[in-house]
Formats: sequence, C-alpha cells, structure tokens
Amino acid sequence: MTEHNNTSPVLDVHDLHIEFDTRHGALKAIDGISLQIAPGEILGVVGESGAGKSLTGTAITGLLESPGRISGGEIRLEGQRIDNLSQDELRRLRGRRIGAIFQDPLTSLNPLYTVGRQLIETIRTHLPMNRAQARQRAIELLAEVGLPAPETRIDQYPHQFSGGMRQRVVIALALCADPKLVIADEPTTALDVSVQAQIITVLKRLCREHGTAVMLVTHDMGVIAEAADRVAVMYAGRLVEVGPVADVIKHAKHPYTQGLMNSIPTILHDVERLEQIEGSMPRLTAIPEGCAFNPRCPHAFERCRVERPDLIAVDEGAAACWLVEEGATPPPQARATADTLVDHHD
Amino acid sequence: MIAFLIRRLLQGALVMLTVAFIAFSMFRFVGDPVTNMLPQDATLEQRTELQERLGLNDPLPLQFGHFVTNAVQGDFGISYRNQRPVSDLIAERLPATMEMVFAAVVLSLVIGIPMGVYTALRRDSWLSHLLQGVSLAGISVPTFVTGILLILVFSVWLNWLPSFGRGDVVEIGGWSTGLLTVSGIKALIMPVITLSLFQITLIMRLVRAEMLEVLKTDYIRFARARGLTNRAVHFGHALRNTLMPVITITGLQIGALIAFAIITETVFQWPGMGLLFMQAVSFVDIPVMSAYLVMVSLIFVVINTIVDMLYFVVDPRLRVDAGKNTTGA
Repeated sequence: MTEHNNTSPVLDVHDLHIEFDTRHGALKAIDGISLQIAPGEILGVVGESGAGKSLTGTAITGLLESPGRISGGEIRLEGQRIDNLSQDELRRLRGRRIGAIFQDPLTSLNPLYTVGRQLIETIRTHLPMNRAQARQRAIELLAEVGLPAPETRIDQYPHQFSGGMRQRVVIALALCADPKLVIADEPTTALDVSVQAQIITVLKRLCREHGTAVMLVTHDMGVIAEAADRVAVMYAGRLVEVGPVADVIKHAKHPYTQGLMNSIPTILHDVERLEQIEGSMPRLTAIPEGCAFNPRCPHAFERCRVERPDLIAVDEGAAACWLVEEGATPPPQARATADTLVDHHD
Repeated sequence: MIAFLIRRLLQGALVMLTVAFIAFSMFRFVGDPVTNMLPQDATLEQRTELQERLGLNDPLPLQFGHFVTNAVQGDFGISYRNQRPVSDLIAERLPATMEMVFAAVVLSLVIGIPMGVYTALRRDSWLSHLLQGVSLAGISVPTFVTGILLILVFSVWLNWLPSFGRGDVVEIGGWSTGLLTVSGIKALIMPVITLSLFQITLIMRLVRAEMLEVLKTDYIRFARARGLTNRAVHFGHALRNTLMPVITITGLQIGALIAFAIITETVFQWPGMGLLFMQAVSFVDIPVMSAYLVMVSLIFVVINTIVDMLYFVVDPRLRVDAGKNTTGA
C-alpha cells in the first residue's frame, strides 16, 4: 500500500475483518482489508455486488447491524480509533465527522418532513446554532449543492423534488456539519444517466472546496474514472488491487480488474459481443482455496490454487496477484476501452 | 382538498342511501307491520285503514322516498314496543354508548401506542416478550368472558365497582354524561376495560409491526447516519411514519366499537344503543332496528371521512397539488 502524500490519512482501515454470525458458524464477509484515504482524497471502491464494498462503508460509519460484526482489525479516523467506540460516541461521530450518502435519494429522505426541517435538525444536532442560524446555513448549503431558489425550496417536501435534486439535498445533509470524510455508497446508481454526471460534479466540487475526503463506493467504472483519485478493487471480501485511477484503468495489474475494464461497453469500438468475466463471484460459504479469483482467472497457475496472495506493491499501487510477484508482464488488454474512459473524462 | 371533500360527501350520501334502502326493506320483508301493530282481533276494515294511513298502498319508490325524507329529519317512526318516537329513544341512549366507546378508544391509544413502540424498539427485553404474550391472550379471550371475570373479581369478590348500569348521570344540554359523577366514573371503568382490551392489543401489535417495518427503511438508516439521537430517530421520524395505518384502523375500530358494543352493554346492562338494539331484536321492533342500522352507518361514514381528512394532515404527499409536483433535475 502506498502512503498518499505525507500527511496522515483521514481514514486508516487496518486489517478489517467482518463476520456474520449464522447458525452454521461465522461467515467471513470482509477478510482483512487495509486502506487509507488522505485528506481531500477521493478513493473509489469498486467490485461486483456482494464483494463487500458497502459493508466496509457501513462498518466505518458504525452502522453495522447484527448479526454482522467487526471481528478484527482497526478503523482510525484522523488517528483516533473508532471501531471500539460506544454506540453514543459513534452517534456523535456520524454526521459530524463522517458524512454518508446513500444509494437511493428517493428513499433517503423522510417523506413527512420538509427538507429544511431535516437539514436544520441535523445541523443543530452537531453544531451549536439556534434555529435561525441553522436555517440560514441550510439555505446556504442548498445553494452550494446547486439547488435553484433554496429560500423557497427549503420549505418543500421531498416528493416535490426530482431524483437528482433529492440527491443534492442528501449531499447537503451529508456535508452540513463539515465532516472530514464522506462515505458515498453508490450515490449515482439510482439516477438517470444524464443526472449522474451532475451529481458527481457537485460531489467532487464540494469535497474539493471543503477539503473533505470521500470513499466513493460504486460498481460504475465510469464514475470512478471521472471522480476518483485512487481506486481500490474488491473481490469476495478482499482487496485485489489498489492504485492511482489512471494506472488502474489503463494498466490494470490484477486479472480481475482487467476483466472489469473489458466488460465496460463503449461506442467507440464496435464489438460483436461484450467481454465478460466467466463464472460468478463465489458465495461467502464457498470461497475457494488460494486466490479467491482463481477459478475464473484466465491466467491462473498452480500457486494460485493453493496459496492466497496478499497485496504486493508494484509501481504506485498494489495488486494481490502472484503474477505480479513473479514479475510476469500483465497480459495485454483486449480492447482500448480503458484508454477511452480516461481520455474522455480527464 | 375541496374537490376531495365534495367527492367524499357524495360517496357518503350514496352509502347512506343504500343503507336506508336496506333499512327500509326490513319493514317490507321482516314480518308485516300491520299485523305487528294491530291487536289480533282487528277487523279487515281496520287493516285496510291502517295500511292506507301508513302509506303501504303507495308505489314502492314513493314509500322509499317518504322513508328517506323522514329519516333525514330524524324521524324513524314509533317504536312498536315502547310506543315512543324512535329518535327519542336513540337520543337517550346515544350518549351512554358514545362515552363508553370514546373512553375505550382513548384508553387503547394511550396504552397501545407506547406498548407497540416499546416492543418494537426493545424486541429482546423480557418485558417485550411478556407484553407480546399477554397481548396474545388479550386478543383471543372473548369480550363477554373478560366482562364476566371482571364482574366476578371487582364486584362480587372485592365489591369495589358496580356490576351494572351507568351510575348517576348529569344532563348537559340534552346530553346525559356519566363523566362528572364518582359513581358514573366507577360504573364506566369495567365496561371500558372490557371493550378496550382487544383494541389495546390490536393497536399495540399494529404499531409494533409498522414500527419494525419503518425502522428498516432507508430514511431511518440515513437519519442514523446523520448522527441524530435515538430519540429523534424513533419518535421524530419512525413513529410519525407508523401513524397512517394506526389512524385508519382506529377509525374503523371506533365504528366497529359503536356498532358492536352490544355484547359489552349486555354484560354490564349498560343503557346504550347496543342494549336498545338487543331489546329491539327480541321484540322484532323494526323501527328501532332500522334506525339503529342507519345511525351506525352514519357514524361509520362520518368517522371514515374524518380519517381521510386526517391523512391530509399527516401526509404532505397528499396535500400538494399533483400538478406542480416535481421540477427537472
């Protein structure tokens, strides 16, 4: 793992394990994840559904629900260990130092209260302000996230907003106490494609302005390419690759990341059919010996089936693949998809 | 809102007309009123004379018209048994039933909602399990059993509370209330407990189920992620969202309680409409029965209209004109 800049990270997750207690014993959902996010940095976390992306985010905000539990490792926020805090201490942390953005803006807001009321109550929970001051701040926040006529819209109910506008309100709610870190869990997935880019732009701009670091959980490589500084790729509860966004997209080291890149459709290249990664991610109950990806990996060899690789530093990033350690040149990518993605958005 | 109200009133009128028709048919099909009203040795002339006087020879639609016109003015005819206007009898009995039912509804909300919230929030505490268990008993024991057991314990054994009647009442503008005298209150206790026991468990289980459902929603998770206190999340956000079904059910239950307080009123000899109806049934007192039918339906219609209007108060999504709902993203 590379240390980003020389400043101490906002978020430092070290060897995090999450288990689900079931009748048949504990299920390992997250199996030793370590990652850091520097102040103001946007870390994209990608992977298939069920890889553990959202779960990691949930654990960081302390909202993991029974039967899920953190079974090992530590989470540090600005150097302070937070995974062992009490419920009430965690509660004070949420919204104040860690903001959260959820996937579906249509269901994230309480339908019975005006957006203003929801903003004001959040602001007043965390900041010493009276009602008028909080209202003023709420209006400013709504203006910041690009909501037209915030003075009137503040008194409207969520159903009077479109999906994109609601997600802007959600962003305002996440940022209303100026947290140092925002966990954005699939913030654009539920939105129209035309709105996705706007939301990403707003999120990116605000976090730059406020110096907020973001953990951007998504399965959309386009969003990552557009917004993230670094990328962490997850597979079956582990990190398989971490690195600067351009490196990962253009020169993916791990065969799984390469597969992800190849499966992105593009109109610039006329292909007969989309590339896909054969097979599917293993269930938590049946994670194979060795590298979890080996049954689907086109380059798997003997060692992959018996020994599990950890992240191995290479260039500016790291990949959990024996190919990397053997110094084997990563196989060429099938298409130029990755290049177009980066060129297009940078 | 106005359009909605007018629509509801028209619907209500339609319902009332249908009910009136059923009530009217009772006269025609449940025995012959002339036979009921005349002595057994009446002559044929007397019969035709009475038939003419009662308008029974008029065409059916005209008769129904008369019935509706009279009913709208509160005139349901003369009780066969008491030989007094039915409207007087109802007016005498209505306060007793209303007071008992509303006391029962208030009690079931005041006890049921907090119990539901508690059992939803502290699912695994021993008290929750106890309440759940007891509520199961509450929901399965028939009303008359509860009533009789209460009488046995508190009237027969302990001699604390009266076993029947309404105690002393005070007349206030034609409304006789038992709420202002000690004996009236004492008499009210057991019937109200009997009547509300089922309602308490119903409300409790409803609130619990709704609350558990709401606590799983995204906006509650998001409220937690915003760092709101548990109190704000549970009572500010979750509880209000559980209230819609509670209002609906409570509305329906008030109607049902008024209509079916019959058993409780019989057990406690409570001088309300239910008891009046029971006596009417045993004497085939058709004017009283049909008036009771119309009254109960009217109460149902009125309460349900109020409930529909409460939705507007609780849920802003219904309040705003659908036309200017959303703006572009």
